[in-house]
Amino acid sequence: MLRKILKPFSKFFEFHARSHYRAERHSMALTIGIIAASAVGGFVEIAPLFSIDETVEAAPDMRVYTPLEQAGRDIYIREGCYACHSQMIRSLRDEVDRYGPYSLAVESQYDHPMLWGSKRTGPDLARVGEKFSDEWQVQHLVDPRSLVPESVMPQYAFLLDTPLETASLPGRLAALRTVGVPYSDEQIENAAEDARGQAYPDSDQAYAVEERYGEATNIRFFDGRRDRLTEMDALVAYLQIMGGLTDLPQETQFAEGE
Amino acid sequence: MMERLTIAERQQAMLLSGGLALVGLALAIVGRGDAMGVHGWITMIFAGGLFFVVGNALYAPAPTDDRATSYYDDPTKVGILISLFWAVIAMGMGVWVAAQLAWPDLRFDAPWSSFGRIRPVHTSGVIFGFGGNALIATSYHVMQRTSRARLAGHVSPWFVLLGFNLFCIIAASGYLMGITQSKEYAEPEWYADIWLVVVWVVYFVLYMRTLARRNEPHIYVANWYYMAFILVVAVLHIVNNLAVPASFSAAKSYSAFSGVQDAMTQWWYGHNAVAFFLTAGFLGMLYYFLPKRAERPIYSYRLSILSFWGIVFFYIWAGSHHLHYTAVPQWVQTLGMTFSVMLLVPSWASAGNALMTLNGAWGKVRDDATLRFMMVAAVFYGLSTFEGSFMAIRAVNSLSHYTDWTVGHVHAGAMGWVALITFGSIYALVPILWRRESMYSWKLVEWHFWLALGGTVIYVFAMWNSGIIQGLMWRTYTESGTLAYSFTDSLVAMHPYYVARTIGGAFFLTGAIIGAFNVIMTIRKVHEQTPELDYPTKSEAGEPAVPAAE
Repeated sequence: MLRKILKPFSKFFEFHARSHYRAERHSMALTIGIIAASAVGGFVEIAPLFSIDETVEAAPDMRVYTPLEQAGRDIYIREGCYACHSQMIRSLRDEVDRYGPYSLAVESQYDHPMLWGSKRTGPDLARVGEKFSDEWQVQHLVDPRSLVPESVMPQYAFLLDTPLETASLPGRLAALRTVGVPYSDEQIENAAEDARGQAYPDSDQAYAVEERYGEATNIRFFDGRRDRLTEMDALVAYLQIMGGLTDLPQETQFAEGE
Repeated sequence: MMERLTIAERQQAMLLSGGLALVGLALAIVGRGDAMGVHGWITMIFAGGLFFVVGNALYAPAPTDDRATSYYDDPTKVGILISLFWAVIAMGMGVWVAAQLAWPDLRFDAPWSSFGRIRPVHTSGVIFGFGGNALIATSYHVMQRTSRARLAGHVSPWFVLLGFNLFCIIAASGYLMGITQSKEYAEPEWYADIWLVVVWVVYFVLYMRTLARRNEPHIYVANWYYMAFILVVAVLHIVNNLAVPASFSAAKSYSAFSGVQDAMTQWWYGHNAVAFFLTAGFLGMLYYFLPKRAERPIYSYRLSILSFWGIVFFYIWAGSHHLHYTAVPQWVQTLGMTFSVMLLVPSWASAGNALMTLNGAWGKVRDDATLRFMMVAAVFYGLSTFEGSFMAIRAVNSLSHYTDWTVGHVHAGAMGWVALITFGSIYALVPILWRRESMYSWKLVEWHFWLALGGTVIYVFAMWNSGIIQGLMWRTYTESGTLAYSFTDSLVAMHPYYVARTIGGAFFLTGAIIGAFNVIMTIRKVHEQTPELDYPTKSEAGEPAVPAAE
């Protein structure tokens, strides 16, 4: 039966086999063939994503990460949190019911790299921001099983004792600007002070952060301690802004629902 | 081993390793205070050590015979041993990470031992350390035998093998220190990425130069696959790792792409790392070692052409099936799904071609565990490519994505296909390389086979169960229209499967340890026996380089 199905193609197979028999004597013919055959798919699927405008929605209220949040994001990457937590709510009913409005492309527009993840050993975190208090987040990171006895998450108590390194933040923001995040010169220059200011409310530095990043910025003692800036401050600041960079998903999807 | 290098080649090797040691020193000085500095020291110690090893034997007697009359197997031998070393380390790490999910406190209370940091040590260790070294080593063997020619060069094979291992060491030690780009299977930072490009270019040039020396008019199919592996991995690696370092004195860099474009690029890379690293390269192994061991010609030449070009062309499109229902445009998802389903044709053509080759040799499959490794590998290749095409269908993916089903699928491929074909090839190769009568113990090969098969089956069944239960629990509603289970409920339900998975992994690890022991004992204890005709020959009357088809 297989022979019958394939019969119309036999001429093509014959030609292919015969020309291949000649071509495979030349390593460069194989090289060029492999590169050409493998280039098509990637080109067709990736290149248009950069040029088609509808790929990423327009969200006028989209804001960038503050230096402290970006530092927290870098810690999130360093610790490999993405191996167990996704940041991508799919457009499926149960996911929207469980985690909130499905994720839009614009929400990770400034995420270099994206952290959509591929596995949920723990829950999705795309909209975890402000779902829990700072104290809860800190306690959960220090000892997850004290709050969720069934949890299998590792403890990250050392973050509370590790001072946040801020000297490299201007360089980090500058690199992010090179790849397309719209940081201003002023934001880059003051990145280290701003990281400090965001975790020290009612200080001059804190007012400066508000001026540079907007009034909606969370300015709090994230790790609950006033004496120093720790990695815990940064990570909690990042967790609390997740899903909070733009209101577009809530606005558009609630409108759809009505 | 040094006696097979000329004095000039030894000097060249010293120049290269000395230069690399200086690069390491520079990296250590520039990157002091950052983990990059530690990598500088590692590079310096690694290259400096090589410098002294070669320097010690600089004036030892040089080779006197005509080297073109034999094959150059030293790098292959070392590559096989390093590959086995990585197998034990990386699979051990795998068992440990698996155990952490069942018993989360099973770690020293240290930052480096958390799941997030040691998981990439397991994945990179297995894929690059075990798989990569096995690919490089077997490719050296296959390219020489199928070309009837000695390797083109004596320093460059070492440069590729040892340079690649330096990359692996930098990668693994980096993860423990928290250096990662977070891109799955492409975690190492910018300087390691640049180094790998250098190594890879040398690898490709070496391959092409060896093929250019061949005494066979045709390039055998195994070589096509190795070439596709080298070429496409280079392209994938360069594009996916485009990034801007935050500073040239520190490891941290930021991907050139963001959001949707980054996700698409990452999974274009990620899925094709599966295609061209974990499939194409290992199909090269299969196409050489299976017919050799079975002493049967490949069933169909045409089928191998069809499946080769099918795999090269179709696979590249499939990456977007990792992004169903996400913010990636629908048309990309649909393309990815369509091509993933079509991919089944060339995949099964390959698996079928391998199994049909065994027709007439099934008695050998029964008696010879080495050949059985390869046969079962081809079966798992067929099974996991079927499963992959199935899981790429959007509706199936809505259930399977983000769950352990994906993990199970990956391991069906990685354990059942990649590792089994590698172990089979190693068992076939070791007696030939070291000129031994046979393996030290065929009983241990049997033990390894059954432990590996049992471990894989336990693992995959555990993950199927946990994945499907998890997926169903997440989407179950009560009659009043609310979600029936909290996330924690689904996590609790996973526990028995996580325990089972750890046991399956431990079986597999035990097998690998037995395998490594058996190889070492073969080298140390078994009598020498030189195989007939294992040297370059122009004679068409001699043994064919590979059993010819038709």
